[in-house]
Amino acid sequence: MRLHEYQAKALFAAHGIATPPGVVVTAVTEVAAALTTLATSRCVVKAQIHAGARGHAGGVRVVAASEVAAQAQALLGTRLVTSQTTAAGLPIDALLLEAPVTAASELYLACALDRRAGARVVLAGRQGGMGVEEGTKPISRVIDTLRGFAPYEGRELAREIGLAGRAVAAFGEVVSALVALAVEHDALLVEINPLMLREDGRFVAGDGKIEIDDNALFRQTALETLRDPRQGDAKDEEARERGLQYISLDGDIGCLVNGAGLAMATMDLIAQAGGRPANFLDVGGGTTAQKVAEALHLLASDSRVKVVLVNIFGGIVRCDLIAEGLLLAASGLGRALPIVVRLVGTREEEGRRALAEGGLLGDVTQDLEEAAQLAVRRAQEA
Amino acid sequence: MSVLIHKQTRVLCQGFTGKQGTFHCQQALEYGTDIVGGVTPGKGGTRHLDRPVFDTVAEAMVAVQPDASVIYVPAPVAADAILESAAAGIGLVVCITEGIPAADMLRVKALLPASTRLIGPNCPGIITSGECKIGIMPGAIHKPGVVGIVSRSGTLTYEAVAQTTAEGLGQTTCIGIGGDPVHGLGFIDCLALFEADPATQGILLVGEIGGVAEEDAADYIRAHVSKPVVAYIAGTTAPPGRRMGHAGAVIAGALGTAEAKKAALRAAGVTVVDSPARMGRALAQRLAR
Repeated sequence: MRLHEYQAKALFAAHGIATPPGVVVTAVTEVAAALTTLATSRCVVKAQIHAGARGHAGGVRVVAASEVAAQAQALLGTRLVTSQTTAAGLPIDALLLEAPVTAASELYLACALDRRAGARVVLAGRQGGMGVEEGTKPISRVIDTLRGFAPYEGRELAREIGLAGRAVAAFGEVVSALVALAVEHDALLVEINPLMLREDGRFVAGDGKIEIDDNALFRQTALETLRDPRQGDAKDEEARERGLQYISLDGDIGCLVNGAGLAMATMDLIAQAGGRPANFLDVGGGTTAQKVAEALHLLASDSRVKVVLVNIFGGIVRCDLIAEGLLLAASGLGRALPIVVRLVGTREEEGRRALAEGGLLGDVTQDLEEAAQLAVRRAQEA
Repeated sequence: MSVLIHKQTRVLCQGFTGKQGTFHCQQALEYGTDIVGGVTPGKGGTRHLDRPVFDTVAEAMVAVQPDASVIYVPAPVAADAILESAAAGIGLVVCITEGIPAADMLRVKALLPASTRLIGPNCPGIITSGECKIGIMPGAIHKPGVVGIVSRSGTLTYEAVAQTTAEGLGQTTCIGIGGDPVHGLGFIDCLALFEADPATQGILLVGEIGGVAEEDAADYIRAHVSKPVVAYIAGTTAPPGRRMGHAGAVIAGALGTAEAKKAALRAAGVTVVDSPARMGRALAQRLAR
């Protein structure tokens, strides 16, 4: 689960990491009061969406205080498209208004999960900001899971990236606070980019990105309230509530598959056959007839979907039961939707016979590649 | 021959009396797996599936001397279950549970003794065809034979199994290492086991986008694996930055893309198939040479 910048900065502040003075507004009418609080002549207006590269896309603007209301009017309620969003962009429902901070330099700092090391790592770079990916690569230090991160390690990192004077101890404190935040809140990623170094040797978090481990939300209940479902695709959210793994894509072939690996493989086959998947959908390796039926309804409710490709490897789950679920769901879709079914595994013959006898209007095959080719052809015909 | 498990492997189940544990242990027993008992705290002293139930793994260790443990407990308590088996001295722990917090697995990784091998979590398990099934894979598609399979995926592993069975090759042992970012045995551990196993003639590696485990495996294969290896990498068309179900399958930058993985594996002499329908055929062709 991703957090907004303003939510991340609230967590930073709670852990003793300085942030610029800021106020969140969700309507133009709130701007005047926010400006009174900030008491600034110039103001940074930052669109709050769950994606980066906002600066290049016009989502971060530095303007005179007198222009903030007009900027808010122009941004709120629209969608921002950046290099990290889909072509549809993400809705701007809130703006973070901040007093500008003068920085002597901008650094990069993050605490992330490193799967190769099997541990958390701290990433620190002398060059932060929008060009971090092109600049010098940040250095990384593995955190000992059991021992934790010691304050001296933060100061060592400060020296390794070339900091001197008062900034050394100050940087160490920021790193320790960042790691503590990541551990306390089950964060997979906490990133401050840029981390602004001021003339007086103090640091201020210019931006904040936090991703919480979904698997740990059962014990991070306070953070669950920070979820912003509007930043996700509506279908993604609906699927999440039904216990399905779903991701919207740009194509027209709906995919219904059991298992994440097989689902990705199915998408690959569709692309190889010249088609475009409308989604990634994993109904779970050990799925049920009911889940398959719900998933089929979910796909059918997407008007872009011209054909559905069902690819189920019945292992523990029996193909004849899946067939029943498909028949039940297909009869109540409310629109004529071609369905291509590949059903293999336990009781596959019974399953295919049930589909034939039940009059499912669609193609049934055992062959993985043929299934993808059929789906692409049906989509072209539709 | 096979790797890690065989006909005589004595298996304990943690979460034995739960719905998942019960169902999959019944299936395993039907396959011929020697399930020697189970653990459910609070139900010690009772019997389930005609096997003894214990409150702790330590007690089970004394009474029935298991070689391996399979875990079906809920995610919030799964890391503790892994560490309990390790502390009791069990040499192989197979954790099927999905949804374990990453921080819990970091702790497990840091505390796991070298004497305990962990498979998973969030995996189908391990099976030696015709001998011993520890996990949730459908037993019927497996056939004793010559291929070692190692995979990050679940149902995609079954595709690989079904294809090698259809080609008449069969399998020695099939290991699902799981799709989570922090897990136990990796590709390299399994490649080393298959290379050392005389019965395994060829190896099928099923990878997916995200991380650099396949790239590391390629380096290892070039230096240490003499047997033919065929690989498939899922996720060629997955858009960058989107998480495809498995917490593991997310691409960051140029690292971990399907193309980078395929190129690394090909450079190491691995036959990489672009279609998941051609894994078995490609391995049959390599073995026929």
